[in-house]
Amino acid sequence: MYRYDSYDQAMVEARVAEFRDQARRRLEGKLTEDQFKPLRLMNGLYLQLHAYMLRVAIPYGTLSSRQMEMLADIAEKYDRGYGHFTTRQNIQFNWIRLEDAADILADLATVEMHAIQTSGNCIRNISSDHFAGAAADEVVDPRPYAELMRQWSSFHPEFSYLPRKFKIAVIASAKDRAAMRLHDIGVRIVKNDAGEVGAQFYVGGGMGRTPMIAPLIRDFVPIDQFITYAEAALRVYNRYGRRDNKYKARIKILVHELGAAEYSRQVEEEFAHLLRVGVEPPLAELERIKAHFAPPAFVDGPKTIDRSDPDFALWVDRNTHRHKHDAYVSAVISLKPPGGIPGDASAAQMRLVARLAREYSFDELRVMHTQNLLLPHVRIADLPAVWQALEAAGLGAANMDTIEDIIACPGLDYCSLANARSIPLAQRISERFAQTGRTEQVGELKLKISGCINACGHHHAGHIGILGVDKKGVENYQLSLGGSEGEDVSLAKITGPGFDEDGVIAAVEKVTEVYLAQRAQGERFLDTYRRIGMEPFKEALYG
Amino acid sequence: MDNDLGTSPDEVQFRFRDDEPVDHAAVTVDCVLEQTNATAVRIEPGDDARLLLPFLDRLALVEVNFPAFGDGRGYSSARILREAGYTGELRAVGEVLIDQLSHMRRCGFDSFAPDKRLDEQDAARAFATWENVYQRAADARATIADKRHEA
Amino acid sequence: MKILTGNDLRTGAVIWWTGSGWSLFVDDAVDVGEDAEEILAREEAARRVNVPYVCQASIDAAGHVRPAHIKDRVRALGPTVRRDLAVTTAEKTGWDWVI
Repeated sequence: MYRYDSYDQAMVEARVAEFRDQARRRLEGKLTEDQFKPLRLMNGLYLQLHAYMLRVAIPYGTLSSRQMEMLADIAEKYDRGYGHFTTRQNIQFNWIRLEDAADILADLATVEMHAIQTSGNCIRNISSDHFAGAAADEVVDPRPYAELMRQWSSFHPEFSYLPRKFKIAVIASAKDRAAMRLHDIGVRIVKNDAGEVGAQFYVGGGMGRTPMIAPLIRDFVPIDQFITYAEAALRVYNRYGRRDNKYKARIKILVHELGAAEYSRQVEEEFAHLLRVGVEPPLAELERIKAHFAPPAFVDGPKTIDRSDPDFALWVDRNTHRHKHDAYVSAVISLKPPGGIPGDASAAQMRLVARLAREYSFDELRVMHTQNLLLPHVRIADLPAVWQALEAAGLGAANMDTIEDIIACPGLDYCSLANARSIPLAQRISERFAQTGRTEQVGELKLKISGCINACGHHHAGHIGILGVDKKGVENYQLSLGGSEGEDVSLAKITGPGFDEDGVIAAVEKVTEVYLAQRAQGERFLDTYRRIGMEPFKEALYG
Repeated sequence: MDNDLGTSPDEVQFRFRDDEPVDHAAVTVDCVLEQTNATAVRIEPGDDARLLLPFLDRLALVEVNFPAFGDGRGYSSARILREAGYTGELRAVGEVLIDQLSHMRRCGFDSFAPDKRLDEQDAARAFATWENVYQRAADARATIADKRHEA
Repeated sequence: MKILTGNDLRTGAVIWWTGSGWSLFVDDAVDVGEDAEEILAREEAARRVNVPYVCQASIDAAGHVRPAHIKDRVRALGPTVRRDLAVTTAEKTGWDWVI
């Protein structure tokens, strides 16, 4: 994985010093809250319902054991012993004191971590495929390209006060495991017919109150012009993105209003100009970064395993993913125990996971956008030992991509923007399906819950989506069906009138019953919905 | 330290140039397009800086207004002018605050006229925030990547 | 009644205006009547509170202060999903009034 050199280290240390000074000026009254807010946000510090919240960047979701151990240390030293992994592969600490924030950033800097640009109207942490470097189907490892973008976007002098936040995802396979087309910019690294590496740019996707799927803006940007093209795409947005209405300020609105063709034309013009100016880093820099992502020293080994324990066999079937080396798999560590809080992990669990990564996965961990963790490179022979350790720590749930594997934002339990709680719904639904044994029967079903229209819980992209709203001071939940964040991307449609908490849980059960009754051989929930449409579900819910 | 920052008794608090400042008021972009003798212009956030490109030879001062510090269009305006070869004074005016100074400097601003006078020490620290930089910008500094591969 | 709340600037903790200072416990909140804006402006300028605002509340039969909006009720006790982390008044008052 990527390691800082003295330049990278000096940059994060300069940022810590800068933030320490900003916090001092805020506490001394030299900065008003209005002036301080964008500065603290650009260091990941929010003011939430109960306290400050710190969002720490995990670039492209990759971290080492030592880094995970530092997150555990921070959880215990400065917070209340746990953290929350997010849909953009970051971690949030919920109980932070402003006067500790600079010290936390300094601690993070000792393990090459930071909270830079995890919020604010700037280019956010770059996300990627959680199986990067391990997946059998990738064209190249996308992370070097994401790292190149991380450096380019960090403290960008022109793009630190954009109209609105800006999220980029970089993948390198036909299969989309990063919701790439639901980002402001989605990049797919590809090879052309001549075998040359380049980048496809999808621009103007997003969720929020106006969900949109990003159109393809350019089919192939030669890799030695990659950053220049991104700079052009951002400049057009910075100049012409709407600033009169924050709800229309995301780039998706600009692309939508201009039309993809006109936006693309403007970017091409700026791109041609910037190629003449010369803003591209030397290609040698990409090569330097790539060397950090050289595959670990895989060794041959058994390709099969004793499956006589049915619980273990189920976990292997559900939670492991094919690896490019046939003696290995990637193993998903579920942060979705039935009845648990999606994405939360205690300091002790973080330390255990770090130890497993050190012993069994070349010291490497991933955070998945589904709010789970991943050991990317596990020898098939080591799976029983890994599983037993996870089971003992309450991390052995065999439920990846099932209805128990719910994405949920923090909702009204933590978030100052939320209108309704998300977590209790996730807890009750996962518990109920686990108890009735329905989970396995229903199979792949992605349920996503947001506590407000900002859609941090990706409800638009759920096979089943739930959106919490405030109905005259009471929590109310809208149900939607048919979304997908994958390469078959689609936006979910609302079923009809909303439900109260008990009602929406019953509605989810009804919807799954319709699916079980109607599914054809081999169909996932989403396939059945796409074949039979909304009507049968509506009939069951409201008929 | 104060002298290094070129503090002026006028509204311009920081100036990184040695030439004489333009002594008359800036006109709007529209005025520049209509008449031919103005040497100082003020760009508002919604103005297209590229409209000024035919007139760069005679402009000695371009003010870029930041009515609100969170409106970042002025950073693009500044870079566009510098990329087109403008060498006159480029002045940030309006809600110019401590924590935006280093980015403004990188985008090509070489004078600063904040609405509210800034703490000199805090400003000095802000201008010096980044010993190294990741991106190419209008200041022509060698980037970290350049330095990594210069050998 | 009208009560005042915000977060402590240094710690971020939820605090309630007691008439002479700020408390961690919603039960200490007092009705500020028409003085709300004046108190808020003064306390914010003195940096004794961050992002303060006025909220509606009532007093129940047992004398407990009950904010009207669900968001302020959650703020008063803590996340409903982590009752182990609740502000200590929860032990006395229970959770049934929050949601």
